[in-house]
Amino acid sequence: MPEEMTGAEMVLKALADQGVEHIFGYPGGAVLPIYDEIFQQDKVQHILVRHEQGAGHAAEGYARATGKAGVVLVTSGPGATNMVTPLTDAMMDSVPLVCISGQVPTHLIGNDAFQECDTVGITRPCTKHNWLVKDVNELARILHEAFYVATTGRPGPVVVDIPKDVQFATGTYQGPNDVRRGHTGYHPAGKGSAEAIRRAVALMAEAKRPILYTGGGIVNSGPRASQLLRELVAATGFPITSTLLGLGAYPASGENWLGMLGMHGTYEANMAMHDCDLMICIGARFDDRITGRTDAFSPGSRKIHVDVDASSINKNIRADVPIVGDATQVMEDMLLVWRKEVGKPKKAALADWWDEINRWRGRNSLAYTPSDNVIMPQHAIQRLYAATKDLDVYITTEVGQHQMWAAQFYGFEEPNRWMTSGGLGTMGYGLPAAMGVQVAFPDSLVIDIAGDASVLMTMQEMSTAVQHQLPIKIFVLNNQYMGMVRQWQQLLHGNRISHSYVESLPDFVKLAEAYGCVGVRAEHPGDLDGAIDEMIKVKKPVIFDCRVANLENCFPMIPSGKAHNEMILPAEASDEGAAAESFAGGKALV
Amino acid sequence: MNDTTTEPEADLPAAPPASAYFIEDRQDPEETHTLSVLVDNEPGVLARVIGLFSGRGYNIESLTVSETQHEQHLSRITIVTKGTRDVLEQIKNQLDRMVCVHRVTDLTMIARSRKEEKPLERELALIKVSGSGQERIEALRIADAFRAEVVDATTGHFIFQITGRTNKIEQFIAIMQPMGLVEVCRTGSAAMCRGPEAM
Ligand SMILES: Cc1ncc(C[n+]2csc(CCOP(=O)(O)OP(=O)(O)O)c2C)c(N)n1
Ligand SMILES: [Mg+2]
Repeated sequence: MPEEMTGAEMVLKALADQGVEHIFGYPGGAVLPIYDEIFQQDKVQHILVRHEQGAGHAAEGYARATGKAGVVLVTSGPGATNMVTPLTDAMMDSVPLVCISGQVPTHLIGNDAFQECDTVGITRPCTKHNWLVKDVNELARILHEAFYVATTGRPGPVVVDIPKDVQFATGTYQGPNDVRRGHTGYHPAGKGSAEAIRRAVALMAEAKRPILYTGGGIVNSGPRASQLLRELVAATGFPITSTLLGLGAYPASGENWLGMLGMHGTYEANMAMHDCDLMICIGARFDDRITGRTDAFSPGSRKIHVDVDASSINKNIRADVPIVGDATQVMEDMLLVWRKEVGKPKKAALADWWDEINRWRGRNSLAYTPSDNVIMPQHAIQRLYAATKDLDVYITTEVGQHQMWAAQFYGFEEPNRWMTSGGLGTMGYGLPAAMGVQVAFPDSLVIDIAGDASVLMTMQEMSTAVQHQLPIKIFVLNNQYMGMVRQWQQLLHGNRISHSYVESLPDFVKLAEAYGCVGVRAEHPGDLDGAIDEMIKVKKPVIFDCRVANLENCFPMIPSGKAHNEMILPAEASDEGAAAESFAGGKALV
Repeated sequence: MNDTTTEPEADLPAAPPASAYFIEDRQDPEETHTLSVLVDNEPGVLARVIGLFSGRGYNIESLTVSETQHEQHLSRITIVTKGTRDVLEQIKNQLDRMVCVHRVTDLTMIARSRKEEKPLERELALIKVSGSGQERIEALRIADAFRAEVVDATTGHFIFQITGRTNKIEQFIAIMQPMGLVEVCRTGSAAMCRGPEAM
């Protein structure tokens, strides 16, 4: 039923009508009317951050863990520009975010007014869509449409920019069901073409060396997609690998799991991708961290590519069977056809393939040299995993070596339990993302596996965690280096370690105490388990300073610009001269 | 909806396993295509479309836009772009996924599928020529041959209005160059498929 109210009231009403329980934000002049409304209601809880970027990543973590849109509220000018990184991050990783920003009053727009910036102009390339609201009577419709656009099809971030006079103005509110949508041309893909699915299953039935290559699209499609993926693996008996963002959709303990693929993926996953005769890609996008050299990518295979976004198909790698559709609906149909036409897994036909895969598995590509004197970073994650795997746990990360080790050594059994910045690779993502997850699941254990350099980029959010009693655990693999940068410098730039050593890191334990959290430190392998237990038991935010081997590098590695079967395994990498030689060609690439 | 690539091309029964090797080795020739893009006519829509092209490094050779369906607030953008087949497919898919885009039609593909060389394309140009004496007379004579119309004149200048295909206009401008051409303004291509059916 239409009601009269102010724009600011509409914002809160629309949020409540959309089922929003939490928003992350930071106040300022251009959003004060909205903050005034927040004060006078209790349906929507506001989490006050310390920097707008923190709000953005927290909302991303919240969205990834819950499958709902994360909501952010920021002021005009610097508030909005501070959101550019999380918006871009969400765009790259397809995270549904609704960012509401204040804007200077409409009559001042274009005047270089105080804290004015062209928010819709700046955020146009890093949002799925954005709106500048000029008429209060359009506000409710736009807000509801914003949620619809953010959460449907390939999810993504949206921005609704609301000038201050529109927040004060009175107009007619319409509920989510009363509104007519503005963009009648927006139709997210649903079911895939039956014909294409039939052809895909026909190829699957014939395949001798098939592989399922899945990604974040499965997680985004909802829990049912992960369920169907498991059924598809069981029904076909195919091996499965996944991208960084897809971890957990198929359980790491599953028999057919080959581990993650790509630049730091396992030998078996990358070799199987290279040598397969049929690749079934669902919800992944053949990103350069996955393919390596595209002209040497899986040369002998036919490729089935399922994606909700047609522009992901044939972008980097040509698909023989393109299927535009939602992963859940496509897998549902695939399974129906498979069960009807093929039935059981073709065990005998796949036996040679599995033998070969098992030989590759035998290379044990994640091996590292253990140590009794110093904590190896891989070992630290293995111990963390051992201590937490039976708990209700969520893992976020920052960006760097620690992120890759987390992906390699922490086993994810369920979707929506793993939040990491994949596409953009945003250092500083993990801490606020953990906060967002903890807001959604206050009683769960939420751990940010962090690097010493990354974590300082959004460290100020520890103050938020304390204020809102969010007992996040920041597990810092402290190698006193920007390890990943140093690794590239060692391998690609003649061992010239240019500005990747962090000269004067803070004392993380004291820092924790300064914020009113708990600091824990482990310096020797013998301390590790006890310290991890202590971290888990504390019902407060914790910064865990895990002093790890400083110079350890992350393997296996496909240097960029190399093919999947040219990966560097840990044993080979110890000969630095040879490694430098073989890496030389990748220098020019990112 | 993307008329020509909603389901990205599938030419099955599949050819023998195709190597991705050939994708990079193959030096695909670039083609020029004319796209018609139907969009919601709202603030910023043109910036969105142009931003997509500049942000992703696609070419724009010509771009025209105007609201064509007033009741529905739909604008029709005609873009002439150049790229390999793969890039052209990306351009169409990238346009198509924009929230404000209703339909992307590759007029060149449609023309080809009908065994026509090109879609119907027309451009309008205003061309100012200043001068006197023999050159002036010659300019007028050539304009007449091109069916250009004189839309403004003094004893010292003419402004010609010419419509036609892009290459006709190019040709006209080239000829006018030595005849006192001082200013050119062109609309860019407007384009449509031939035949009775609507897009
Ligand atoms: C915001 C940002 N700036 C720069 C980079 C480039 N970068 C990637 S990894 C890395 C080093 C990360 O160091 P640390 O957090 O200590 O992790 P480690 O690799 O040592 O585990 C840098 C600088 C980035 N990813 N993000
Ligand atoms: Mg480090």
